[in-house]
Amino acid sequence: MSYFKDIFNAVKTLLTGMKITGRYFFVNLFTRRDVITVQYPDNIDTLKMHDRFRGEVIMGHDENNMHQCDACTICENACPNGTIEIIWDKEKNPETGKTQKVLLNHIYHLEMCTMCGECIEACPSDAIEWGQNFHHVTRDRSNLTKSLNRPESILNPNFVKSKK
Amino acid sequence: MENQMENQEFLADKIRTQEYQLNMGPQHPATHGVMRMILQLDGEEIKNVEPVLGYIHRSIEKMCEKSSYKQIIHLTDRLDYLSSHMNNEAVTLLVENALGIEVNDRIKIIRTIIAELTRMASHQLWWGVMGMDTGALTTFMYAFRDRELINEIMEETCGARLTMNYNIIGGLRYDIHDNFVKRVKEFIVHFKEKLPEYDNLLSNNVIFRKRTEGVGIMTKEQVIAYGMNGPTARASGFECDIRKKLPYSAYGMVDFEEVLRTEGDAFARYKVRIDEMWQSMNIIEQLIDKIPEDDFRMKTKPIIKLPKGDFLQRVETARGDFGVYAMSDGGKNPTRFKFRSPSFANLHGLNKMSENTKIGDLVVNFSTIDVVVPDIDR
Ligand code: SF4
Ligand code: SF4
Repeated sequence: MSYFKDIFNAVKTLLTGMKITGRYFFVNLFTRRDVITVQYPDNIDTLKMHDRFRGEVIMGHDENNMHQCDACTICENACPNGTIEIIWDKEKNPETGKTQKVLLNHIYHLEMCTMCGECIEACPSDAIEWGQNFHHVTRDRSNLTKSLNRPESILNPNFVKSKK
Repeated sequence: MENQMENQEFLADKIRTQEYQLNMGPQHPATHGVMRMILQLDGEEIKNVEPVLGYIHRSIEKMCEKSSYKQIIHLTDRLDYLSSHMNNEAVTLLVENALGIEVNDRIKIIRTIIAELTRMASHQLWWGVMGMDTGALTTFMYAFRDRELINEIMEETCGARLTMNYNIIGGLRYDIHDNFVKRVKEFIVHFKEKLPEYDNLLSNNVIFRKRTEGVGIMTKEQVIAYGMNGPTARASGFECDIRKKLPYSAYGMVDFEEVLRTEGDAFARYKVRIDEMWQSMNIIEQLIDKIPEDDFRMKTKPIIKLPKGDFLQRVETARGDFGVYAMSDGGKNPTRFKFRSPSFANLHGLNKMSENTKIGDLVVNFSTIDVVVPDIDR
């Protein structure tokens, strides 16, 4: 007797599970109510990441192609894995006559970056920030080495170092 | 009858059987990562399991010795990536305690809520994979449906889905997002409705029951002898929840149950984790309305130097007791940094657990101790 009882119970538990999967199957077939998957490459134009999403490190430029980085190299030292290299030169400021550091290239090796945020945390003048782009796929690794400052960009003369 | 006996003796003389070795892994879907196990088999029966480690060793401990304390935090994400928030918390708490920084209640409560969300996400993933290992592919999809909601919350508030890196020394990287409280509440409502489905899909399933009940039994004494911890040990009745024993962050403010079972078999280990998800929801519900208005980070020095001495901090991750030990000579970097990872300790019990069971049971046992391989190999 217990043999048949076991079979009955077994079929019952299987059907309980089947009921759940079956319900989702039919509900989503007709209403798509609980569908949570997204059609990734197709929705690329409408896809918006959250503001805080850490996709890559970028440098903000204003409309006059000016950035805030005075090549202090604090971010280079804060980075745990040598992702950032600051290439700078000394130049004479024509107005004040003092020599000061000028940023030539803010090199960022995206392939080495762990998105830890220490550089952005450390930067005293808020020159770098998070970008939300995550489409980094490329066929050549060298494409991932980027210069964050745009060509011909200059240091914003009114930039302020925050107290941080 | 006699004839048969004679026949068997005759066969035993003629056919020689012997034990043999079989490699499972390093690339095996059931080992959840790159780990190799050398199985000593007699037929299909397991005589000995010898895990071979080192396939993804990254010498993180050595890297920590070269890094400043701020930089160490993000390396701990890469140990047990499913409990990344708790790992971060362990290092931040260690440094904060060493420096004597007392964070405010807002920070404590937010840390605790995020830690419990992480624990649930980790257990959900484990549940899905557990189903897959026992042959039920569907569970994986259902687990990911619910896990996606947590990941979305994490992405909005912390900026990343898995390696959150949200803790910094003396507080949090950002304040919580405006939607955080609303979304967490929505998730709790959603998941309270969906968690019983987990039981109907898998826990009550007769095939699953047959494969887990009475499999890989560990007694309480054995669990203690092998140094196992976390949900795996609590399934054998060993009280080892650090959240209860040595409360940190906001765990002292909440009232929750330490889930314990006494059977010690694979099903008990399974059930402990399911019940822990209920407890996590319980903790979050108690805290979510109590987040006080305050700063989300305390003032710290720009360069952090620990005083001379040894420091230890233990936290409860989704896998168990995670310990961080730092030895400092007063400089910017630790002279020695050691992690005590729960997965590594739990792996010790696998051999005992799988003695004289079949290969299929090994997969179940391995799945119920819920190891994350990068946590074993640091
Ligand atoms: S996010 Fe971290 S790893 Fe990446 S560049 Fe900044 S400091 Fe370096
Ligand atoms: S990005 Fe910021 S920290 Fe880095 S060199 Fe420029 S100003 Fe300094």
